[in-house]
Amino acid sequence: MNLYREQGVVLRTWKLGEADRIVVLLTQGEGKVRAVAKGVRKTKSRFGGRLEPFSHVDLSLYRGRELDIVTQAEVITPFRALREDYDRVVAGTAMLEAVDQVAQEREAAIRLYLLLVRALRALDGGPRDPSVVLDAFLLKLMALEGYRPALAECAGCGARGQPRCFSIARGGGLCERCRTGQESTLDAATMPLLAALLGDDLDTTATAEPAPASRREAGALVKGYVEYHLDRRLRAYPLVAR
Amino acid sequence: MYEGPVQDLIDELGRLPGIGPKSAQRLAFHILKVETVDAERLARAITEVKARVHFCRVCWNVAEGDLCRICKDTRRDPSLVCVVEEPRDLVAIERTQEFRGRYHVLGGAISPIEGIGPDDLRIRELLSRLEPDAIREVILATNPNIEGEATAMYLARLLNPLGVRVTRIASGLPVGGDLEYADEVTLGRAFAGRREMPV
Repeated sequence: MNLYREQGVVLRTWKLGEADRIVVLLTQGEGKVRAVAKGVRKTKSRFGGRLEPFSHVDLSLYRGRELDIVTQAEVITPFRALREDYDRVVAGTAMLEAVDQVAQEREAAIRLYLLLVRALRALDGGPRDPSVVLDAFLLKLMALEGYRPALAECAGCGARGQPRCFSIARGGGLCERCRTGQESTLDAATMPLLAALLGDDLDTTATAEPAPASRREAGALVKGYVEYHLDRRLRAYPLVAR
Repeated sequence: MYEGPVQDLIDELGRLPGIGPKSAQRLAFHILKVETVDAERLARAITEVKARVHFCRVCWNVAEGDLCRICKDTRRDPSLVCVVEEPRDLVAIERTQEFRGRYHVLGGAISPIEGIGPDDLRIRELLSRLEPDAIREVILATNPNIEGEATAMYLARLLNPLGVRVTRIASGLPVGGDLEYADEVTLGRAFAGRREMPV
């Protein structure tokens, strides 16, 4: 059967021709899917605002050779508060961008999908600092992809105890014996902050109010870590307010 | 594939948006077939548009001289400014004949996923117009999609403290549409923006 149903989140869209759009989705069962939404840019389109980035939708798709075709879309979560706040939109876009880079086409991605939906809910749901939710999400995403940074032990020798310096290339903190001297020593609060961002639940991490200095330091490390290991630049990240 | 100049023409036409190799070939052979005067008129139109059209120094609309048609028109209210993404949007609003103020063309919208931030748009130019033109109201008419909304939210946050009235064009149901096919987001907005029925 060439018609199938999936739940997914719209990651980004590209204009196609006069009135169509290519919609890139992260779905539960099919991973990343690229599909054409015909006539979606016309004001009278029956898809309307359902296929914008952040849309969490229940879809009917027609399987094509290269691109699928969206035949129906219904909203599951509107994420209205997220869409109506500039800082949350920018932070959320950075999440979508990172997911777009790690997701594989036609490969089930249930855990990735659930992580993204949970993160968008956390962004949508409260007065939390969007940049904190974003950093927590990115660290969890890296862990899911097999790049969990070592934060409670040394990435070099595995020695227990929270390290004070961090090496992006070696994948986490380094103890005094393993460090080469090139890595700078972190603010005392930064490593615990990174560990909390990685370990805590997405809804609770952000309620803590970390010091601005270690927030900035942690942010720079998260960006560097993701970009180094994914070998991609995060374009939306620098636009997030801190 | 073809003799030099014909292939050159096909290649050049093929660079245009939405024109594939087959369409380019079809257009090239059409040009070969038409009268020389017609082909020259097309060539002249292309050279002239590049030579004579600039951006208006006030609103950044396309203009033949220093100022665009709208900024030159003294009957239009300079204290009302409608902010749009592209000159094409300006033309769409002009067609409604509802707006008698002036415009400001941003040259795009904030798009974090493409790395386009506020500094890449003509926002500074808008701010510098506020005082000299004694602007009372800024109407945000960016597209009602994620990028356009993000741009509108950013501008509202920037302009509100400056004592200017900031409004956003309404979103809702298209005239002639059907309620049952409206999506939840649009219908929700239409409800939020409902108004008294004039009697």
